[in-house]
Amino acid sequence: MSILVNKNTKVLCQGFTGKQGTFHSEQSIKYGSKIVGGVTPGKGGQTHLKLPVFNTVKEAIDETGANATMIYVPPRFAAESIIEASESGIEIVVCITEGIPVTDMLKVKQIIDSNNTILVGPNCPGIITPNECKIGIMPGNIHSPGVIGIVSRSGTLTYEAVHQTSMNGLGQTTCVGIGGDPIKGLNFIECLAMFEEDPNTEGIIMVGEIGGSDEELAAEFILSNIKKPVVAYIAGLTAPEGKRMGHAGAIISGNSGKAIDKINSLKKSGVWIAESPANMGQVMAQALKKIK
Amino acid sequence: MNLHEYQAKELLKANGINVPKSKISNSITQTFEIAQQLNSRLVIKAQIHAGGRGKAGGIKIINTPQEAKEFASFIFGTNLITEQNKPHGQPVNQLLLEETILIKKEMYFSILIDRQTESIVIISSQSGGMDIEEIANKNPKSITKEYCKINMELTSSQINTLTIRLGIEKKLFAKFKKFLISCFEFFKKSDLSLLEINPLAISEGDEIIAIDSKISLDDNARFRHPEISNTYDWLQIDKKEVEAFNSGLNYIALEGNIGCMVNGAGLAMATMDLIKISGGLPANFLDVGGGATSETVSKAFKILLSDSNVRVVLVNIFGGIMRCDIIAEGIISAVKEVGVKIPIVVRLEGTNVELGKEILKKSNLNIISANSLTDAAKKSVELSALEN
Repeated sequence: MSILVNKNTKVLCQGFTGKQGTFHSEQSIKYGSKIVGGVTPGKGGQTHLKLPVFNTVKEAIDETGANATMIYVPPRFAAESIIEASESGIEIVVCITEGIPVTDMLKVKQIIDSNNTILVGPNCPGIITPNECKIGIMPGNIHSPGVIGIVSRSGTLTYEAVHQTSMNGLGQTTCVGIGGDPIKGLNFIECLAMFEEDPNTEGIIMVGEIGGSDEELAAEFILSNIKKPVVAYIAGLTAPEGKRMGHAGAIISGNSGKAIDKINSLKKSGVWIAESPANMGQVMAQALKKIK
Repeated sequence: MNLHEYQAKELLKANGINVPKSKISNSITQTFEIAQQLNSRLVIKAQIHAGGRGKAGGIKIINTPQEAKEFASFIFGTNLITEQNKPHGQPVNQLLLEETILIKKEMYFSILIDRQTESIVIISSQSGGMDIEEIANKNPKSITKEYCKINMELTSSQINTLTIRLGIEKKLFAKFKKFLISCFEFFKKSDLSLLEINPLAISEGDEIIAIDSKISLDDNARFRHPEISNTYDWLQIDKKEVEAFNSGLNYIALEGNIGCMVNGAGLAMATMDLIKISGGLPANFLDVGGGATSETVSKAFKILLSDSNVRVVLVNIFGGIMRCDIIAEGIISAVKEVGVKIPIVVRLEGTNVELGKEILKKSNLNIISANSLTDAAKKSVELSALEN
């Protein structure tokens, strides 16, 4: 079992014929994901990577029965692409694009909420259920099917968590990169709830970072809703105040968004803290041993 | 993207919000001339991208053109160091000369994006002049917050709440409503991430005036506002940060002596943290991005090495789609091209990692291959201590 995506997920690609869209669609196809076609306005009717190209998401859904889409569209058009996908009735939208203006995302959120669309990202590596479905830019080969659910605000730190849990034999059910933007789709809480429900997930790794208060809110949620062991790593203990650390959302402003406060709230909720990014897998193994 | 106070005020004025009469000066002579022209009691303010200027001596009331000239000769070209930009401070290249205003009431006012409610929030308080953290500590009850959705107008109820809570006199209701709407519309249409007016004043003449203002533009929306974006003062940030920005790299200068080159923002922060845990100090944050090529690695090395504090470089790359052997070759050609003389600790992980390590080993360069992330941090810290 897994959350959100599996071997039956039919995936579209928006920005299909562009450089990024082409490269990562090829990778996803190689991995075994069911990519059913793509959307590039003006190129409808063409064939790309042996798959049909459509002018609109609506047409693509009608023809292929797609229920998920991945977006590799430049930042100035990406919000429109998410909105189009949502209004066409697709279930899951995964937006990889980095650099979407915040006001665009505020508008996007209102629309996807009213349509009940699930959005992963933006500014994220995507989502993967090992050996079943890879939607995004993560390297497929480091994953292995198993029992750990991973949810993370950072791309390469997700890969670290994946690699460590593959190496120690735990493997992953599903890994969700929720992205580094301040306004985004799925957040920690929704992913934690889904992993709690998933019978195959035995433990959850959450990777957070400075900025905002999503980790503090997750800590509160875990206390009363999550029974499975949760391991957290929070990046940015040494990050200076007021500086944006790469991700648009990774900034300490005044007294809010500090790593230490996030770690302390998570500790209070009984979350296992990995002090080092090199120990996420090890701490997860310990946590699982303890409950068995 | 932060703006100077004078730029913020030009934008406010263009959007129908009152600001004091002022002129910007770029030199000592010009300061003297402007002071002569304005011919009144003036406030003279150093333009830097940081708060706390008053306490640091960057703001002065002057009564004569001669006093203006003296202040200008003293402050032009210096680095003004405040609570917010210590220890290095920022260069003063411009002075704002402004008429003084007789004030009967000072307030705090700001608009920003609230991440939790995913809306725009207007924050106000009757305790003007203090920063918002201080108000939150000393007088939290004076703070009013109104949340607004992006596609909505301000409601009458929100306008009334803000007006009443700020204790605005009845005769100024209409003016204040116009002020609120102008600010809110300006914030939205310009993709601002912060519009702060502090203090916001009611003058003796019953005008609503922005006495000081701080504006930041959403970095992701720069492309939509070239007219604002092109006025950015690059001299306010570290030279290395400017160079990195122009090379498409994310770099932030820090105080330590271990240069860091990492792919991914989260992993870059995590690497800094691990160096600290291991007893060292990172010299920088640097994210070379997901597709680290030999060219980006070369550029990154050049920027890292232009920091004379750096004694050792830690390269931490998780090779995914970009294989470790390709990355290793990229590092080697970059090291040769740039002529790196200090030790480089490399930690590679991911696809084809063994092949990558083998290539580094055979290179005969001053490259130390680490077995793990922990090992890499430990080795870098040891080397940074040795080289001192």
